[in-house]
Amino acid sequence: MAGTTGMSGSVRERLRLVVVALDDSVPGIRSLVLADAGGAPLPPFTPGSHVVLEVPAGPPGSARPRPTANAYSLTGENAHPLDYRISVLRAREGGGSAWVHDLAVGDRVTALGPRSGFAPVQRAAKHLLLGAGIGVTPLVSHLRSAVRWGRDAELVHLHRSGAGAHAADLAELAARGARVTTVTDRESFTALLDDLLRTQPFGTHLYCCGPAGFMELVTAAAARSGWPASRVHTESFGVEALDPGAPFQVAVAGRTVEVPAGTSLLEALEDAGLAVPNLCRQGVCGECRVSVTVPEGGRLVHRDLYLDDDEKRAGRCAMACVSRALPTSGAAADLEVHL
Amino acid sequence: MTALSLPTSTAADLLEGFPFPFSHDSYRYSTNVEPARSPVATPVGQWGASVVTVDSEYHRELAERAVLLERDPSRYGVLPHMEVACWDAMLVLLRELASARPDAFHLDVVDAEGPTYRWRNDLLGIEQTFVVGRRETLPAEPLAWACQQVQEDVVLLDQRSGELYGDAGVVTFAADWSFGFDLGMTFLEIHGPVPRVHAEGVIPRAREFILRLQPGQVYRRTNWTLTVGRRLDVATETYPEWGPDRAMVLHVDDDAFGHLVHLRVEVQHLLRLPESGAVMFLIRTHLLPLADIARVPAWRERTAAVLTELPQDMADYKGIAAYRSRAAAWLRDCTSTTTPAPASPSALAPEESR
Ligand code: HEM
Ligand code: FES
Repeated sequence: MAGTTGMSGSVRERLRLVVVALDDSVPGIRSLVLADAGGAPLPPFTPGSHVVLEVPAGPPGSARPRPTANAYSLTGENAHPLDYRISVLRAREGGGSAWVHDLAVGDRVTALGPRSGFAPVQRAAKHLLLGAGIGVTPLVSHLRSAVRWGRDAELVHLHRSGAGAHAADLAELAARGARVTTVTDRESFTALLDDLLRTQPFGTHLYCCGPAGFMELVTAAAARSGWPASRVHTESFGVEALDPGAPFQVAVAGRTVEVPAGTSLLEALEDAGLAVPNLCRQGVCGECRVSVTVPEGGRLVHRDLYLDDDEKRAGRCAMACVSRALPTSGAAADLEVHL
Repeated sequence: MTALSLPTSTAADLLEGFPFPFSHDSYRYSTNVEPARSPVATPVGQWGASVVTVDSEYHRELAERAVLLERDPSRYGVLPHMEVACWDAMLVLLRELASARPDAFHLDVVDAEGPTYRWRNDLLGIEQTFVVGRRETLPAEPLAWACQQVQEDVVLLDQRSGELYGDAGVVTFAADWSFGFDLGMTFLEIHGPVPRVHAEGVIPRAREFILRLQPGQVYRRTNWTLTVGRRLDVATETYPEWGPDRAMVLHVDDDAFGHLVHLRVEVQHLLRLPESGAVMFLIRTHLLPLADIARVPAWRERTAAVLTELPQDMADYKGIAAYRSRAAAWLRDCTSTTTPAPASPSALAPEESR
């Protein structure tokens, strides 16, 4: 691995990749095949992993004035990958996904190597995989691994009719014995969901990925049916922009810094002349991690895709680019940040 | 019994590749992890370029492991949910062997479907074509088979609900602990007997670090103790065989003492297995008699200082309380009494110490 220091464990290999194939057959969704630019084999990855693509800045005055980075789930073979496969929903004009949709075969891209945060639980009795729309992407590698190792798994994909991402992959896995159900309207899904949640074998783990509303629906239904939170895993790639949040105050380096609504903690620290390493500025790369202390009565809202559930519960660190504190009544500051 | 037969002389590569563990004149526990695969220069050679290390003890140690496993099957254990992790571990170990010693080990993909690999181990004369996940294509269970070919002990940790469990492994060379007893325990439970590290946060920090380890990252650390005799198996199970040596060694003459007492260093590697998401912990044990430590002045002085300064609770835990003072005195005195021949001219240059 590249030269690294210290305990962070956050250093990731930078991969130079080249686009070798494109598939635009599903409206609004582009699937890409990426290979190592030098022809080297790519690092194997844990099912459910994603890569972070570096997106260059657009021309001056465009919707993308600075470079950014987007996380995409890897959907292809994970144990001995000859290429990396991702699928990208075209979202906001001028954003990272629009840039991906403009790539051509032969274009070079740079990615931070695979990161796992949504891994199968080897001891699970069964994996119940629920995806909506483009949210099926991390579940495809789960299902492939389950088929390879003979693990019990069942996948349900909710999508608009005619817009099923990875339908061919799922059909192939179904032909090899996987249980796959496709649903194209929300009412049928809700009915099926209640049924599924009540009939799973003891020790089943639920994996859920899709838009925020979908995940709220699933996690709330799971909680109602008595599923412990430790058996419910969520991933929220490809979702809409974060809300601006309420203003709050942080105590940092012996001063108080105001974070207005619509401004991130990272931006507020930068405006105050306090440098924090960063890259993606949207909670996926892990670069901007800061240590924090939440005061008595305070609350931290993480909103990132980097920390795992346990780290979020512990509340000792936050991703400055997306995490916010809720305003507290009384405390001198709503959050302490230790740089 | 091994402990009582005086080793004749140490093979040159064991001295040259010895991972001398002390960077200061005193030693305390710390979360001492660093990125792996970078060589560390010592006054007489280097260590640490690769994740697995093959040396001149290869055949002897693997034969010893086979005998120990035969006598005590509890040194190999795999909980049922660790099957994928075992295949994962096997592939990584074979790959690391091939990258450490491309002259002796070869791993090739012959068919991406399956996938199917061909493996050649020239040191043991093994040639095997296998399909990942298909037990019948291997002569033994995957982790057991890999451990017939690496000198490292292996523990696989499953991660679930934010906790790490030692759920599989092959450990034949444990330093005063029992793999069979620890199987299935959490990382914190496994470290229960170690003094200081819990209150000082060493083990909680290590746990946080391991929980966050990503595939592709490899870290290492060292740990050390003293062992009487060139004896790899000092597991709890065989205590009656080696325990009495700790008192016995106080009564041998100085020459025998220097040849019997060994600095025992474990180079431990930590990495995340890609397919299963389990963590692989490798323990590679190196033994060097004080008589050889003394051939390198910087090592001799530093080891004497560390043994003298080591707090009593740590010496007690390591099981060296009875003889560490004599070991320190032996190292200090042997300058004035014996002047052993240097291993190589550079061995005597104290300014090159680590
Ligand atoms: C960064 C990671 C780790 C750190 C900092 C660490 C630290 C330590 C320390 C300081 C000791 C006492 C050693 C002595 O004085 O001789 C110890 C013992 C031990 N460690 Fe670790 N360790 C780590 C990882 C692991 C892992 C992954 C395992 C896997 C199972 C493990 C298994 C053990 C065992 C079995 C003992 C002996 C405990 C006993 O006396 O029963 N360690 N460790
Ligand atoms: S800058 Fe990437 S997580 Fe914050």
